[in-house]
Amino acid sequence: MSYRNDPYDPKQVALLDPAALAAAVADATEAFTAATDPDALTALRPAHLGDRSPVSLARREIGALPPAAKSDAGKRVNEARRAIETAYADRAEVVEREQAERVLVEERVDVTLPYARRPRGARHPLSTLMESVSDLFVGMGYEVAEGPEVDLEWVNFDALNIPADHPARGLMDTFHIAPEGSGLVLRTHTSNVQTRTMLSRTPPIYVICPGRVYRTDEVDATHSPVFHQAEGLVVDKGITMAHLRGTLDHFARAIFGPEAKTRWRPHYFPFTEPSAEFDVWFPEHRDGPQWVEWGGCGMVNPRVLRACGVDPEVYSGFAFGMGIDRTLMVRHGVSDIRHLFEGDVRFSRALGTGA
Amino acid sequence: MRVTVSWLREYVDLPADLPTGDLEQALIDLGIEVESVVDLRATVTGQLVVGEVREIEELTGFKKPIRFCRVDVGDANGTGEPQEIVCGARNFAPGDRVVVILPGGVLPGGFAIGARKTYGHNSNGMICSAKELGLGDDHSGIIVLPPDVAAKPGDDARPVVGLDDVVFELEITPDRGYALSLRGLARELSHAFDVPLHDPAMVPAPVGTETPAYPVEVRDPVGCDRYAARLVRGVDPTAPTPSWMRHRLVTAGVRSISLPVDITNYVMLELGQPMHAFDADRIAGPLVVRRAEPGEKLTTLDGVQRVLAGDDMVICDDTGPISLAAVMGGETSEVVAGTTSVLFEAAHWNPAMVGRTARRHKLFSEAAKRWERGVDPALPLVALERAVRLLAEHGGGTPGAEILDIDHVRPRTPISLPADLPTRRVGVEYPPPRVVALLERVGCTVAQGADRLAEDPGAVGVASGAGVALSVTPPSWRPDLTDPADLVEEVVRLDGYDRVPSVLPAAPPGRGLTPRQCRRRAVAWSLSERGYVEVLAHPFVSPELADLLGLPADDPRRPAVRLANPLSEEEPLLRTTLLGPLLGILKRNLGRGHRDLALYEIGAVFHPRVGAGSPPAMGVDRRPTDEEFAAADAVVPAQPVHVAVVLTGDLDPAGWWGPGRAAGWADAIEAARDVLAAAGIPDERVEVRAAEYAPWHPGRCAELLVGGTVVGHAGELHPVVVAALELPRRTCAMELSLDALPSAPVTPAPTVSGFPPALIDVALVVDESVPAEQVRRALEAGAGELLEDVRLFDVYSGEQLGAGRRSLAYKLTFRAPDRTLTVEEAVAARDAAVAVAAERFGATLRGA
Repeated sequence: MSYRNDPYDPKQVALLDPAALAAAVADATEAFTAATDPDALTALRPAHLGDRSPVSLARREIGALPPAAKSDAGKRVNEARRAIETAYADRAEVVEREQAERVLVEERVDVTLPYARRPRGARHPLSTLMESVSDLFVGMGYEVAEGPEVDLEWVNFDALNIPADHPARGLMDTFHIAPEGSGLVLRTHTSNVQTRTMLSRTPPIYVICPGRVYRTDEVDATHSPVFHQAEGLVVDKGITMAHLRGTLDHFARAIFGPEAKTRWRPHYFPFTEPSAEFDVWFPEHRDGPQWVEWGGCGMVNPRVLRACGVDPEVYSGFAFGMGIDRTLMVRHGVSDIRHLFEGDVRFSRALGTGA
Repeated sequence: MRVTVSWLREYVDLPADLPTGDLEQALIDLGIEVESVVDLRATVTGQLVVGEVREIEELTGFKKPIRFCRVDVGDANGTGEPQEIVCGARNFAPGDRVVVILPGGVLPGGFAIGARKTYGHNSNGMICSAKELGLGDDHSGIIVLPPDVAAKPGDDARPVVGLDDVVFELEITPDRGYALSLRGLARELSHAFDVPLHDPAMVPAPVGTETPAYPVEVRDPVGCDRYAARLVRGVDPTAPTPSWMRHRLVTAGVRSISLPVDITNYVMLELGQPMHAFDADRIAGPLVVRRAEPGEKLTTLDGVQRVLAGDDMVICDDTGPISLAAVMGGETSEVVAGTTSVLFEAAHWNPAMVGRTARRHKLFSEAAKRWERGVDPALPLVALERAVRLLAEHGGGTPGAEILDIDHVRPRTPISLPADLPTRRVGVEYPPPRVVALLERVGCTVAQGADRLAEDPGAVGVASGAGVALSVTPPSWRPDLTDPADLVEEVVRLDGYDRVPSVLPAAPPGRGLTPRQCRRRAVAWSLSERGYVEVLAHPFVSPELADLLGLPADDPRRPAVRLANPLSEEEPLLRTTLLGPLLGILKRNLGRGHRDLALYEIGAVFHPRVGAGSPPAMGVDRRPTDEEFAAADAVVPAQPVHVAVVLTGDLDPAGWWGPGRAAGWADAIEAARDVLAAAGIPDERVEVRAAEYAPWHPGRCAELLVGGTVVGHAGELHPVVVAALELPRRTCAMELSLDALPSAPVTPAPTVSGFPPALIDVALVVDESVPAEQVRRALEAGAGELLEDVRLFDVYSGEQLGAGRRSLAYKLTFRAPDRTLTVEEAVAARDAAVAVAAERFGATLRGA
């Protein structure tokens, strides 16, 4: 170590005094503690750790000490400097953390501000319900069959064992297409798809036919000239009414919940024999658990099979159908069918995302 | 059909204490729909008693005549003294028996009766009219009990006036005509409760005699396969209908007219045999039953002159038609006030003929309803016997000994039923003896017999296999039982539908939704996710709509499918475009205060096959050949599925985040592009170009093409259309045919390069008339394979560009699959792109 020929100055020597070093540490610690943000703290650094700071000046004086004293003095100065560095670092951590927290508080927003930059659209609940029904049956191996809404009378009536002069034809209040003798009607049921499916496919046939149908009903709370049905048709070897019941039970539970039940009432449909109307019971009905009419069903009349080219000696089948509108109304407690066709956006928005 | 339980009990031994609910459930389980149940016993509460009028004091000085009456009500009032009652009716005299409700009682409608002072007297109760008791609409006076009613003052009046009964209103399905009678209902209930039936038709009746009751000739035994008649002479024309009969008729909803007519209606309700009563003295000469001459005229009982068709059947005398067979009698031969000779007719008519006549003349009488649904052809003689006896008993006439019976009814053909068919069709084990027992219970005759299908081409049978074949002859009252399937239904119905187990069938593997079905869903969800709300409009439109939309005279959307019987004469057509009904829904929403609307519909439109004519007739005894069906199907209108949107107001609303953005023509076109993208059509196959097409604004309409075919249009609606339909200004719309789209191709995967892009902006100045789409295509064509993306980011026009010019600024992204592009390469590609644009459209670089 070289000797620097500085003139000896007793005042400067005083900086190496232990008490003076302790005071420098105390001063620095006090000053750091008073700093409340990282910028203020940084500004204090030159005064307590910079070249002109007490500890730096003290270090400079060590050289002037007698060799025997240098070691002790050096240790003292280093300890003091380390203490100040530690105090600085500790304080820095505190003020940086406080600053970060303060920023998060200051940047707080009202997250409840309305969100409507792009209003949500919606499917129509009848569409989504028809799709749910289709999906249920597709999952069972059925296919979704469709047919025209204006169809031949032969397809809509004759082939379904509803002869022209039979009162059953009068039961379906039919829109006829002009002119007289056009042989065309607006389909009164989705059963026209039954006819077309059997004409175009060979058994085994497992289809579900959702769609729009028409009757000459004046509009009121429970009637609409346009409504929707879903119809199931199965034609295969060995099909029985038990299979029909199993299918309807499964359907009912899928639509109305696992506790839903069905029951049958004997009825008459020209295109099925035997025929039944079926009711569904479910616990979540708006007016409490109860039975509600749901649809019609039966074993495909062998006359229908024959008219559609299916051999009734080999195959049997079942068919069922229900109003999709009715199903929606019962399940969701819709009191007026007009809501389904008026197109008020409030209705679709409320029901149109997951029916 | 409305029936009382007490009447039913005459024919079937129902349990004495049968709860009404059990009876209702039994009817439902039999397949008879119960429309309503009215327990008359509960409709009037308190003391309703028979009273005998002692004294009447006429009160004057009021606005209407008022009577102060003293009425003997026996001990019912607790004192035995006559009850003092004020009454406004005048149709009674001292000594008459009336129906009195005493204070504390309540009439239907919650009308409570008290003791009160009125017209200056204390009135303690009320003398009742039929209407006040809920027994019909007769309010012309109070009820005066006829002399044939046995009742004394103080007796409970409920049994006397029929208020001790329960009325069922039933809906009978069209196959079960026999259940439109007490006889049929009683039979059904005897099955349900397994109790004895007293069939009013299973009684001896005298058969036809050598000498007819009246000379009749049946010229059409197909339309009329049985005609029977009997004559009663010397009837007292003043004889009233007995009160019990009148009461039952009124309850059933049948108006009481005269004793002979009431008897025909009563027998119809009881047995199910519609009848007719002629005044024999008003018929001239022998009767002829025949088809009508087309154009022949007949005035029916309702006073309407009817022009007959050749398919109608009539009963004629020397003067011509006097009755429209099976449907309604004629004026000239009807029973009138002075009738003393009554000729009862009980015939059997062809159901289809009656149905056609009833529909043709819009005469849906109770008789026609029964004929259409099938009447037991074995009934005429029994019905005549019943009618004749009733008339003789209550009208004092003398029945003639002669009975006319012209009978062409063919015996029923047995149905061959494999004994195991019910088990095979229903899935419940029915041993053959059980099948036989159930069929015999409904009246069938069952024999073990050979398969007789070959002899019965009308029935659709099922092979009997190795099992036992039953030969089943249905009873005469069940014309609906013709096929083995009908017998299967009888078995399962009587055995109980609730016995059918629940078994899920295993379908063979399916193919899922078709691409078309998937596409429709994808399009719908795509629009919904972009803020559009789906609606389902009725497809009925007015003929004026085409004009309002400004469709040219030769527009293919003008010819429309027309309804023969529209609900509204103003909207007889089916839509050829979704826009009409959809704009209607837009307006409804606007009317309800919604201002910012984006709606869509996916649905069919209807295009008639002009000149297609009628489809060929096809039978149902076999499948039509493919050629036959194709010929018929060619008549069915084309019904492509379209998608349409309509837009008005702000698409992006204003809010705390800043200003809103009004929906415009570009949004409609974007909706069309979104639909095509959702439908799986790649962008490069879609072409958009300007078009003039109603109902759009000629300068703001795009047509969309896929593979060179126009699939739809989008843009702002024509201001004239907007004004005509009273829509908000600048309403926009889009419509395209989903069925016109080709199937979605399998898209080749793109090369995704990991090297950095080179971005170069170019601003091209072109003539205003050059579509941006064409400039883009030119840039793409010129830039070559290095071009990854081209995006128009600014459109500018201003003075320094010169009139009629505009600047289109594009951002070009170049990228190579295998290296980082050099500046020179990118610039060269840019120059090549601009060169093609310059060559095709004279484009110049802005500022160059």
